[in-house]
Amino acid sequence: MSNKEKHWQKTRNHMFVTLALWAFFSMVIFLFGYEINSMSFLGYPLAYYMTAQGSLLAFVIIIFWFANRQEKIDEEFGFGEKEDD
Amino acid sequence: MFKGGFIQNLPKIYGLYTGGFIVFIILMAIAEQAGASAKAIGIMFVAFTVAIYALIGYLSRTVQVDAYYLAGRQVPTVFNGMATAADWMSGASFVALAGGVYFGGYSYMAFLVGWTGGYVLVSTLLAPYLRKFGCYTVPDFIGTRYGGNGVRFCAVLVLVLASFTYVTAQINATGTIAARALGIPFELGVWVGLVSILLCSMLGGMRAVTWTQVAQYIVLIIAYLIPVFWISNKIGAGVFPHLMLGDEVARITELESQFGLTKNSAADVKAAGVPGGLKSIAVAHAGVGAGGMAVWKYISLAICMMVGTASLPHILMRYFTTPSVKSARKSVAWSLFFIFLLYSSAPMLATLSKISLMDPNLPTGIIGKSIAEVNSIEWVKQWSSQKQVFIADFNGDGVLQLNEWFMRTGVVVLATPEVAGLPYVISGLVAAGGMAAAMSTADGLVLAISNALSHDVYFNMIDPKADVRKRLIVARVLLVVVGAAGAYIASMRITSILGAVAWAFDFAMSGLFFPLVLGVWWKRATKEGAIAGILSGLAAGTAYLIYVYPKFMGNPAWLGIDHLRFGLIGAPVCLVVMVVVSLMTKAPDAATQRMVDEVRVPSGRSILGRQH
Repeated sequence: MSNKEKHWQKTRNHMFVTLALWAFFSMVIFLFGYEINSMSFLGYPLAYYMTAQGSLLAFVIIIFWFANRQEKIDEEFGFGEKEDD
Repeated sequence: MFKGGFIQNLPKIYGLYTGGFIVFIILMAIAEQAGASAKAIGIMFVAFTVAIYALIGYLSRTVQVDAYYLAGRQVPTVFNGMATAADWMSGASFVALAGGVYFGGYSYMAFLVGWTGGYVLVSTLLAPYLRKFGCYTVPDFIGTRYGGNGVRFCAVLVLVLASFTYVTAQINATGTIAARALGIPFELGVWVGLVSILLCSMLGGMRAVTWTQVAQYIVLIIAYLIPVFWISNKIGAGVFPHLMLGDEVARITELESQFGLTKNSAADVKAAGVPGGLKSIAVAHAGVGAGGMAVWKYISLAICMMVGTASLPHILMRYFTTPSVKSARKSVAWSLFFIFLLYSSAPMLATLSKISLMDPNLPTGIIGKSIAEVNSIEWVKQWSSQKQVFIADFNGDGVLQLNEWFMRTGVVVLATPEVAGLPYVISGLVAAGGMAAAMSTADGLVLAISNALSHDVYFNMIDPKADVRKRLIVARVLLVVVGAAGAYIASMRITSILGAVAWAFDFAMSGLFFPLVLGVWWKRATKEGAIAGILSGLAAGTAYLIYVYPKFMGNPAWLGIDHLRFGLIGAPVCLVVMVVVSLMTKAPDAATQRMVDEVRVPSGRSILGRQH
């Protein structure tokens, strides 16, 4: 497999992992919205907290993590960019 | 004081600007103490901020194509994040979001998850690859990747449909705010709003819009956060509301069971003469509905908004302006961070606003008081004279019950500072913030439409030999025409703000999501597949919208897919048709396959050059 193909395979796997995390925080936990709302976090009912703030924060963290790890993947295969175009 | 170029000095320039704005707020507060009228302060806030944006727009004027379409590809990561956040957060987000949470509760908050979660899709699937491509517009990518003007035109069609649905709502919002702050009729306010929008974008295109959007973000976030923190501290709910409102949420739930959540019948509401669009609290603040349908309603709405987010051209095109692929990716993260600051505050504002009104232990509480007493409160008088709040004494006992108090959703943001007894300067600040939010989104949308028309339709299809000067003149003329068309439709007041906004997501999702994603992630996708996918997705989605929307055919929703969710019909049709037709037609040629390979590698030159 060429360098490019290996890079793309790793990039694709990284994408799938990121989207799995995304699906968890955007959909899976809300499948159980009614059930988890009796639990409490910071004094808020849990499902309320997740939709008002928790999942939103999770997305911010997921994207920063995604970008940093993707940069490392690019550098590993010699596709890192210099800052000026 | 300023050494080096403009870009190096950005932190200093915007730091100074933020400081200047805070000084302006303080000056207005002093003016209020000295006896300036509420109206004068409102005018000053809106006029001053709009004048600053216009100045930035003028200073960013350009005669370069790449500056006009891509802001010269030199917008730094964090600043592009701020500009995207302003581009994203519309007048509806600013004015109506907290109100939606206030009345809609948990099931409405699917919008919050949808409008943020979509950025994960943007960053993983699209933004870095479109940046590497180097296109000027979203149809520019579709047209070059799949090849040919036919598919380019289909993409323009979806873009115009989605963005135009959205822009009328934004111009409507600028009109509403301008009319209220300046004391002019709504119809005139719309045109004042339009002129302000064009001042920011006409001379400098993307470059001017970028730098005004950064300025607008700073104004809108200050205007949103100050009241939230102030009220929270004032009523002793907590120094940092986001982490400390658990008790207030619990208290609201307790008060709800004490007062009772009653859903008024439509006949009662009509008989009492409640003005259209006003609502009473009938949904639990933090409760979650049980059952499969409630779950599906929540998740289906979130999916539509997320996938729609990843297909909206005015957002995607912001990531064409960064210096590198790496910074495009990081920029998505910063965008979402800046959006998060406002979105996570909306439920807090709704909580504070609700407890201020509901809790009899607070001096601002009105539920359970006599109606005569409530009617004599200054802010109630003022807002009911504008038909924004209404009291209907259903049981005729002269005491205000929870289900007898009606409000328009926008009032939650616009009136809460007054309700909580904050000085008027804060209300002026909120008006300026709403104006900034509506203007920045309208600018991004008008530019997305007119750029697609000028670059993709005019330059690529009609007159490919046009020189730079002519292209930019056409681009500006189209900008004015598109804006004027939007303002004209807005002045006719056809749909409510939020219905129209959700439709834009569904249109974009039906026609653009899969052609964009498969363009990068599936080499086998062909031109014929893309054309068939776009057209059938759009047709299926639109047909279903007409089938289900109460004002059109009004049929019962199938599986709970109502008019806010019609993208769930359009997008799968688009995917299936695109895959089937692609597999039936000849695979893309070697040159196209090489191009896709190139896009997947971040380093190296972009596919389309700076000037094309």
